[in-house]
Amino acid sequence: MDTFAALAHGMAVAVQPMNLLYALIGVFLGTAVGVLPGIGPALTVALLLPVTYKLDPGGSLIMFAGIYYGGMYGGSTTAILINTPGESASMATALEGNKMAKAGRGGPALATSAIGSFVAGTIATIGLAFLAPWLVDFAVRFGPEDYFALMCVAFVTVSATFGDSPIRGLTSLFIGLTLGLVGIDKLTGQARLAFGVPELLDGVEVTTLAVGLFAVGEALYVASRRHHTEEKLEPVRGSLWMTKEDWKRSWKPWLRGTMFGFPIGALPAGGAEIPTFLSYSCEKRLTKYPEEFGKGAIEGVAGPEAANNASAAGTLVPLLTLGLPTSATAAMMLAGFQQYGLNPGPLLFAERPDLVWGLIASLFIANCMLLVLNLPLVGLWVRLLAIPQPWLYAGILVFATMGTIAAKPSVVELSMLAGFGVLGFLMRRFDFPIAPVVVGLILGPIAESQLRRALAISLGDPMTLLQSPISATLLALALIALLAPFVLKGMGRFKANED
Amino acid sequence: MTTGDPVQPPRRVDRAGIVIAASLAGLAAVLVWDARGLQSTAMYGMGPEAMPVVIASGLALLAIGNFIDAWRGNLPARESADPVPVVLILAGLALLIAIIGFGGGFILATSALFVTTSAAFGRRAVLVDSAIALVMSTLVYLAFDRLLTLSLPAGPLERLL
Repeated sequence: MDTFAALAHGMAVAVQPMNLLYALIGVFLGTAVGVLPGIGPALTVALLLPVTYKLDPGGSLIMFAGIYYGGMYGGSTTAILINTPGESASMATALEGNKMAKAGRGGPALATSAIGSFVAGTIATIGLAFLAPWLVDFAVRFGPEDYFALMCVAFVTVSATFGDSPIRGLTSLFIGLTLGLVGIDKLTGQARLAFGVPELLDGVEVTTLAVGLFAVGEALYVASRRHHTEEKLEPVRGSLWMTKEDWKRSWKPWLRGTMFGFPIGALPAGGAEIPTFLSYSCEKRLTKYPEEFGKGAIEGVAGPEAANNASAAGTLVPLLTLGLPTSATAAMMLAGFQQYGLNPGPLLFAERPDLVWGLIASLFIANCMLLVLNLPLVGLWVRLLAIPQPWLYAGILVFATMGTIAAKPSVVELSMLAGFGVLGFLMRRFDFPIAPVVVGLILGPIAESQLRRALAISLGDPMTLLQSPISATLLALALIALLAPFVLKGMGRFKANED
Repeated sequence: MTTGDPVQPPRRVDRAGIVIAASLAGLAAVLVWDARGLQSTAMYGMGPEAMPVVIASGLALLAIGNFIDAWRGNLPARESADPVPVVLILAGLALLIAIIGFGGGFILATSALFVTTSAAFGRRAVLVDSAIALVMSTLVYLAFDRLLTLSLPAGPLERLL
């Protein structure tokens, strides 16, 4: 019953007129920015962080919830209408959705993705509300060594286990960990990797890194290969509404997608790619219309979209209860919390329940607002998509630099932004994943301080990591997750040789 | 323009990959060099110099892994890239940094970036774009500086408003 009371309290916070307005602004801005091609939800949140600088924490987190879901919805609109998924999680949607749009069924594709997102988001948020207190109860028993072990699991799963290449994923992670070292060491006050530059003593700003890698890097990358692709915007023709047949074919994929998305998102495994592709292949197998797959099957949009949204809500479980970001978007949400000196985790549930439950309740509200707003406003979003590419990217870069200029208008900070842009460009060009860099920067320093605290408590005995059962289990999991891709790859090679 | 060609023989030393591996090794060396200047003040457990060494070891291992991948030509195929737009955008960023550094203000700085980026994406109407950029950045400045009270750097143009 505690959850109901807390949720009811959160609802009371969220329905205050000002907070409703913040949620509405967030949903609107999130969709508007997320719909721009090449901008995924993580970048949407990063770009809109400065807008929330001057708000109180409650209001801005509520706006964040709106931006988060709005950015996700905007991303799928782009995927359906111009086949440029802003993030890999929308790739499955683009597969069938764009075919539907080409066949003049863009309206129903957008509708099934909107309603599916709503269904999945709502179920997953309920899941979050019930799972979170339970996990918090568990997490308060964590000692520093357990936290350290948990972060090792997150490091490995985010970078190595589910990527294309464990070596490239780990390389990205270690670049992030290196960046996390920059600045004054919190325990001894000594400067690391600052090279005598005073601006570096505060460390690398997460938003500078994220905006540099995502926005500037993406602009450079798209500009460098402009001669390869021509984007084509599919007009939305015919009815926006789904037929009875569409409904019949959509509702089961929505629910199945949610079942894939939420648990995988809630595990500290990160990424919505796995559940979306699982859902896609599952729908492909179960459908009564297999001949339509690859030509625009509505199940292929409904399932992955639901999985995508459910996993987005799922990643909030480790983020809110353990302070563990497992996707780039969650990392940006964490940066949003940190801008107010708030650290998500079991303590936040105890100290600021109004804030946490207000945020969870706002997720419900943002979801409803999206459903009501987006289908009628689809014409507006389509017009945003039609902005010519030169102006679009010029505008994106202006907004990207504006965030940094507003936060720290220094030559060093802006040079870092440009430098991270070049890094992001090179990483895209050479196919290194980007999210592990951001996760490494955020979690690296936390993992280090937890480890040092654990070792200080144990008087320097490293066996403390193995004596705590939680920590020992988690470290074993991390090791398995680290070795699994190498072992599986070796087995794959073995099999290939046998054939 | 043959770098993106899919029929390229798969096993060939990838030079860019070798450079990446070398940079990682270099980064590891910088970490160790920097950590040598730190004093370990911790009575028990780890001092501030331990983690950089751990990360440097990881980077060194990854440098080897990347080197092997590059040596075997195992890197994913790349499409050809056009360097001109990249240089244009970077020039725009350099201009922006210079203008902010010399007190030219937000509007001029972001306008310069807007025009160069738009040129990088193939626009040739510099005058039209400059006008659009000035109007847009002025509106952005007013909205954020006045409405949201974020302090954006002011130059000659901002003082006229």
